[in-house]
Amino acid sequence: MQTFSFYSDGRLTVRFCGELDHAAAASAMRAVAEAAGEYLPRTCVLDLSGLTFMDSSGIAVILRAQRLLNHTGAALTVQSPPEQARRVLELAGLSKLLEQPKQQRREVGSI
Amino acid sequence: MKAENYIKLEFPARSVNEGFARAAAAAFVSQLDPTLTELGDIKTAVSEAVTNAVVHAYPEEIGVVQLRLRILPGGELEIMVKDRGTGIPDVERARTPLYTTGGEDRSGMGFTIMEGFMDKLRVRSIPGRGTTVTMRRKLQRRG
Ligand SMILES: Nc1ncnc2c1ncn2[C@@H]1O[C@H](COP(=O)(O)OP(=O)(O)OP(=O)(O)O)[C@@H](O)[C@H]1O
Ligand SMILES: [Mg+2]
Repeated sequence: MQTFSFYSDGRLTVRFCGELDHAAAASAMRAVAEAAGEYLPRTCVLDLSGLTFMDSSGIAVILRAQRLLNHTGAALTVQSPPEQARRVLELAGLSKLLEQPKQQRREVGSI
Repeated sequence: MKAENYIKLEFPARSVNEGFARAAAAAFVSQLDPTLTELGDIKTAVSEAVTNAVVHAYPEEIGVVQLRLRILPGGELEIMVKDRGTGIPDVERARTPLYTTGGEDRSGMGFTIMEGFMDKLRVRSIPGRGTTVTMRRKLQRRG
């Protein structure tokens, strides 16, 4: 699995590409923690659009990332999961973290 | 019940083999001409059961994991994942959403996901002897 991060104007985006499973979870979490520590963002978006697979190990990464970001007062959202990852998110009750494109613009404007 | 076709794989409980198990399951299932959603569900369920054997079954050693896939008469798919590890003392409790003994690396959603994506989930476990997870899923007949 590969991770890429971008930062602009208070907003950190971490993009996961490939398979986010047990074997990849530790490095994915490390990437989020390192980027969050470096940029201290106000919001963090996990971009799942490049994932070819995700299971409950990915759910644990998202929940840990949420705890980490919330600890520093930042909000975490999740964006653009492919169908397989979206079904896993839904079953795990995490659909509420999915970013709606419209809300996103409003949130950024009000900060 | 006589299976129309099956595969049986055995591998050490190492994390690198989780992706292999998913890919092998996907390749076997392709003969049933599954939809992309069905294929995703099957790979996810296999991944959850195999990852459990890798993560939970063998705390002290690297034991063996068995994966068996069968196509039953009528085209129903059966997935079995078996280990000879620690076993689960209270299966009902283990199947509860969010229940985990794995700390913050785990979400406790594995069995819930298997149950949600498959038609049937059976968990047989004997502490000290091991765990066998059996799942069934009826695929849409197309064409
Ligand atoms: N093969 C197994 N051998 C021993 N214990 C197991 C096995 N499978 C599951 N368990 C026990 O059942 C619990 C629940 O399993 P489940 O897959 O639902 O959640 P998890 O593995 O802890 O977390 P997640 O799957 O979300 O990463 C585990 O924490 C573990 O205690
Ligand atoms: Mg699990």
